[in-house]
Amino acid sequence: MSKVYIYKGFERFWHWSQALLIMFLAITGFEVHGTFDIFGFEKAVAFHRTASWLLLGLIVISIFWHFTTGEWRQYIPTTKNLKEQLRYYLVDMFRGKKHPTKKTQLRKLNPLQRLVYLSFKLVLIPMTLISGIMYMLYKSFDENNIVIVEDYPLESIAFWHTLGAILLIVFLIVHVYMTTTGETPTSNIKAMVTGYEDLEEDTKSSDKNENENKEKVNPIKKVKK
Amino acid sequence: MYKSIIIVIVIIIATLVAVNISHEDEPANLKLEQLKQKYAFKAVPSVDHHKLGVLHKKFETPQEVTETCLTCHTETHKEVMASSHWNWDRLSYVKGKGVYASGKKNVLNNFCIGANSNEKSCAKCHIGFGMDSNHYDFSNARNVDCMVCHDNSEEYFKGSSMAGYPDRTVNLENVAQSVGLPTRNNCGSCHFFSGGGNNVKHGDLEVSQLSCDREVDVHMATNGMNMECVACHTAPNHQMKGKLYTVSTNNINRAKCQDCHTTTPHFNDVLNRHGSKIACQTCHIPEYAKVNSTKMSWNWSDAGKLKDGEPYSVEDSLGNHSYLSIKGSFDWQRNVKPEYVWFNGTAEQYRLGDSITTDVVKMNTLHGSYNDRNSKIIPVKIHRGDQIYDTEYMRLIQPLLYGDKKGDSAYWNDFNWETAAKKGMEIAGQPYSGKFDFIKTESYWPLNHMVSPKDKALSCVDCHTRTGGRLENLTGFYLPGRDTNKTLDTVGKWLLIFAVFGVVSHAGLRIGQDIKNNRYKKQVIDHNKEEQPDRLDS
Repeated sequence: MSKVYIYKGFERFWHWSQALLIMFLAITGFEVHGTFDIFGFEKAVAFHRTASWLLLGLIVISIFWHFTTGEWRQYIPTTKNLKEQLRYYLVDMFRGKKHPTKKTQLRKLNPLQRLVYLSFKLVLIPMTLISGIMYMLYKSFDENNIVIVEDYPLESIAFWHTLGAILLIVFLIVHVYMTTTGETPTSNIKAMVTGYEDLEEDTKSSDKNENENKEKVNPIKKVKK
Repeated sequence: MYKSIIIVIVIIIATLVAVNISHEDEPANLKLEQLKQKYAFKAVPSVDHHKLGVLHKKFETPQEVTETCLTCHTETHKEVMASSHWNWDRLSYVKGKGVYASGKKNVLNNFCIGANSNEKSCAKCHIGFGMDSNHYDFSNARNVDCMVCHDNSEEYFKGSSMAGYPDRTVNLENVAQSVGLPTRNNCGSCHFFSGGGNNVKHGDLEVSQLSCDREVDVHMATNGMNMECVACHTAPNHQMKGKLYTVSTNNINRAKCQDCHTTTPHFNDVLNRHGSKIACQTCHIPEYAKVNSTKMSWNWSDAGKLKDGEPYSVEDSLGNHSYLSIKGSFDWQRNVKPEYVWFNGTAEQYRLGDSITTDVVKMNTLHGSYNDRNSKIIPVKIHRGDQIYDTEYMRLIQPLLYGDKKGDSAYWNDFNWETAAKKGMEIAGQPYSGKFDFIKTESYWPLNHMVSPKDKALSCVDCHTRTGGRLENLTGFYLPGRDTNKTLDTVGKWLLIFAVFGVVSHAGLRIGQDIKNNRYKKQVIDHNKEEQPDRLDS
């Protein structure tokens, strides 16, 4: 076991601010939806809009970060060990077995995470974001200005946006729970806060994938102990 | 270094957001200030009519006054005689009906029904003299009544049932010398009293607006801008801007809030965007008839009851007639919340002779729908009632209501629908089968006046609420906060329950297995083992 600097500063900032924004957007969003009454409709709308701009900005920066650092490769999907990983969560972990995949600096995500996070990034977030932008710009014109989004019915824009929101909350619940399945129940969360996690020494790796990644990913900060 | 930059950025963003959210006082609205300055300026007339010698004489007839006016204003009669105030109709184009002239001449309403055959009484509100039948000469300039609109002495008024002539007590010489721009008194003498009493028809136009505070009407308030009607209803060449859709049809020459307030009157962009689908009036006229009651329903079918052979009246708690033998039963209301409809600026009216095709006759139909790009939601007063119709020819009847004396078939003298209907339709030149009954009717009155101060305007949740909102009955479109996709909500709810259930049971299994495998116990023992030597030492 050794302490590895696995989550870099920006990554942690991005992760937690995105988490906070999404939770805040969920609260204000479902207030606009009419589910409950906390801030009052007018404030909820204003907060939702402000938070949505912040999230948009954050996402733009994080896309930039993912591509410039090569971190996007962490999300390349793989079927290798996917079954084993699923089996681990559903059966093996109750039998006290170990994780079938090893977590390393260059391979932070297990195959199941890769798949889920990739669809989170490529399907869920874009769906909610695009429908949200359409919602925000809906009928944003007056007699003298151009119609930006008009012919697409608000009903279906709202449908996709709400669906995205519901799936995001489902993701949030499962995601938060899954963080407790690490070495100890809090080790994953601690790692996302401090950046450091106790990982098994990366000895002889038989994973070809990993070797490929190693070549492509820029060398990451030297490991501190 | 890297860390501190991020911290600084985060702090800056958080401060900006916090300032933006907590900032309460609005900056001065310069647009509104400019408008206020513009309308605070009251023009001084360039002519004092008291000083004109030609007006210092004894006028025998009101026509002589008009002739005198025309000696200086030589062409003005042509402008007046081209106006709907004079002609009582306008050329209209209605889809499916073509081009025709419609107006008070041939349109019916569900108040006193129609002017036809009752001109002598109705002409009290015609800007002419001597309209005593439907054969009036609309080309006689001598009959133009300049004084009713331009008298500033507040002395002029038209006599009851005198075919538009002034009351005999009016001093015409004094009135003729006191002319000027129309004031609220001039416009109000007809428009406040339409329907036979104060605020009967409109609900948002009544005598209280001669002297009211900002709570009643921000524009006309004496402690506010104190604006005259003609400030908005300008009348270049005597063609009034603005119109009422109980008698007019086309989307032209309307007086709009945006004319002064622009299409972006709010600082809040979200509110400005509402303007694409919601008229200003919808939020800014949260209620009407704020001072005196307005008539909400009128059932002609109840008319004609007599006590000891004599007509009688009943008053409600506010002193309004709730029953009159000559007119039927009424319902009056004060501080009324408007109803809301889609409106694109075009309308059509029930004209004398039109066929009845529905169970409830719409005296005027406001066109518009959510899918029509030009339509907006507007507040309306809907006046409901019933009135006489021909059951065989399926058309509304124009009864003769006003008559000079008993026995001339007028309903208000004889209380006999048979003869009043027969005589009225005969005068109007319409067929009548002899069989009549009463049918329910509705008329739609767009509300444009009695604008409230902005803190009294509707707030978001007045409409954006699941139930009981102002727009609850206006369906067919998605209103955030009111509408939801029921299926999605149910599926979403079960998804969340399933997720929580899954997580909890997974955690339960893990803990259960750990206990079963004595994993916790083992750890405790291991721990103690390590520490035991220390303890022994001490």
